[in-house]
Amino acid sequence: MLNAFPTTLVVFYAFAALLIASAFMVILSRHPVQSALYLVLAFFASAALWIMMQAEFLGLILILVYVGAVMTLFLFVVMTIPMHTIPIDKTRLLYIGYGSLVLVLFLGVMAKIIHPLNHIVFQLNNFQAPGISGATAIGESLYTTYVFPFEIAGFLLLVAIIAAISLSWKTDRRKIINDVSAQVNVKAKDRLKIVKMKAEKPQQDSTEPVQHD
Amino acid sequence: MTNLETQIIALIWTVVKIVCIVLPLMICVAYLTYAERKVIGYMQLRIGPNRVGWFGLLQPIADAVKLLHKEIIQPTLSNHYLFAVAPILSIAPALAAWAVIPFMPNVVLADINAGVLYLFAMSSIGVYGILIAGWASNSKYPMFSAMRSAAQTISYEIAMGFAFVGVLLAAGSMNLQTIVLAQQGGIWHWYALPLFPLFIVYWISGVAETNRAPFDVAEGESEIVAGFHVEYSGMPFGIFFLAEYANMILISTITSLLFLGGWLSPFEHIPLLGKLTSFIPGIVWLLAKIAFLLFVYLWMRATFPRFRYDQIMRLGWKFLIPVALVWLCLVAVAVVVKFPPWFN
Repeated sequence: MLNAFPTTLVVFYAFAALLIASAFMVILSRHPVQSALYLVLAFFASAALWIMMQAEFLGLILILVYVGAVMTLFLFVVMTIPMHTIPIDKTRLLYIGYGSLVLVLFLGVMAKIIHPLNHIVFQLNNFQAPGISGATAIGESLYTTYVFPFEIAGFLLLVAIIAAISLSWKTDRRKIINDVSAQVNVKAKDRLKIVKMKAEKPQQDSTEPVQHD
Repeated sequence: MTNLETQIIALIWTVVKIVCIVLPLMICVAYLTYAERKVIGYMQLRIGPNRVGWFGLLQPIADAVKLLHKEIIQPTLSNHYLFAVAPILSIAPALAAWAVIPFMPNVVLADINAGVLYLFAMSSIGVYGILIAGWASNSKYPMFSAMRSAAQTISYEIAMGFAFVGVLLAAGSMNLQTIVLAQQGGIWHWYALPLFPLFIVYWISGVAETNRAPFDVAEGESEIVAGFHVEYSGMPFGIFFLAEYANMILISTITSLLFLGGWLSPFEHIPLLGKLTSFIPGIVWLLAKIAFLLFVYLWMRATFPRFRYDQIMRLGWKFLIPVALVWLCLVAVAVVVKFPPWFN
C-alpha cells in the first residue's frame, strides 16, 4: 500500500503560489495590458482557492463579475493605450508615499482579520451548514443581518452610475443619435424616386452590341 | 481508504469520462460545419458540398486535414506569447463548460450545486480569447474586432444573467439536474412556456455571445475581413473555428436544459402518445432539441442581415434587459403565490 497523494494540499499550494506570483507580476510588469491579464490570472487563482474552501458560490461569482465583466471592460480601456511601455515618472517618490500609506492601512485590516480573536475568514465554513448551500446562506445574511449596508452600497453604485452618465452626457451629442421610429416608419417613396422615361436610341456608330443583363 | 491506487483509478476514470464527452463533441462540431453548409446551401437554392465522399460527407475531414497542413504564420510585431495563447483561451472555456451538463439522469461529469453559475462563468470568459487575439495581433482590424466583441459581450451578458435568474427562481435550485426535473410532466411544463420572454431573451443573447449572425459584427467579413482571426492561419485559426462551433452547441444544450426540459420527453403524461414513446431514451430527446436549436442558428444566419453596431446596443440595453427585468418580477410573484400549473 502506497501513501495517498496529497491532492488537496498540492492543488492549494499550486494555486496559492500562482496567486502570489501573478499578484507580483501585476505591479512588476511594465506593460498595462500584461498587468491587467496578470490580474485576471490572480482572480482566477483566488477563485480556485475559494472553491477549495467550499465557498463555490463566491468563487464562481468572482469569476463571473470580476473576470467576466469588470476586467473585460478594464482591458477594453487599457488596450487603447499604445504598445510602448509607460516611462517611470519623476514624481515616483510621491507614489511611494501614497503607496506606503495604503500598505499600512491594508496590513492593519489584514492583521485584524487574521487575528485569532476574530476569525472572519474561517466563518466561511459556516456556509456549509447541512442542507444550506452557499448561495442561500449569503442571500439570507445579505437580506436580513446586513440589509442596510447592502442597500447603501447599492445606492452608492446607483449614484456613481448617474454621475458617470451625467459627466459624459453632452446635449450636442444627441445629434448623432438615430431616431428609431423615423427609421422604422420610412417608406420607399421617401427615399427612392422612380422616373419614367423613354428609351433612347443606341448610337449608330458603336462597334460593340449593347449588353443586356 | 484513500490510497494511491484508488486515486489513480479515479483519475483514469475521470479522464475516460472526459474523452467520452469531448470526442463526440468534436465530431459534432465537424459535422455541424457540414450541416451549416448544406442547410444554408439548400436555403439559397444551392447544393452545398457534394464532392468529397458520399453526399460530401467527408468534407469536414478534408477541411481538417487541409488546415493541419497549412503553415502557421506569426506576425513579426505581434505579442508572440499572447498570440499563441489566445486560441487556447478561446477553446478551453467552451470545452470546460461541458463538465456540468447532464445528458441523462445522473449521467454528468460533475454534479455540482452551482451548475448554472459555473456555466455562466465559463460562457462569460470565452470573450478573452477574442480580446487577446485581437490585441496580440497588433493589427487594425483584429483590434476593432476585439473592441466590438468586448462591448457586445458585456451588454448581452446582463440580459443573459437575468434569464438565468428567472430559471433559478422558478426551479429554486442552481443544480442543472434539479432544474430539468422541475420541468417534469409533459411539454406544457417546460419553462419555455411560463418563462417565454426569458426564453427568447436567453436565445437572442446566446446567439450574440457566440458572435453568430446576425450579431457577427466581431467577424464582419465585409467590414473588417474576419476580425480577430485575420492574422491567424492553419490550426490556430482552426481552433477559433472549433471554439465558435463548440459554443454554438453549448448554448443550444443550455437552452434545451433550462427551457425545453432537457432529456424529458414532450409526451409525458399524455394518455396514448406517452406510452408509445416511453421506450425512447432521454438522450435522444435531448439530442433532438439540441439539433433543432442548432438548425435555428443556421436558419437565422441564412435569413437575417447583420445588425448595425448601434442596433445591437439598442436591442441589448433598451429591449432585452427591460423585458427580462419585468418578467423576473412577474416570475417572483408567481413563485410566491404558487401560481398553477407551473409553480405549485
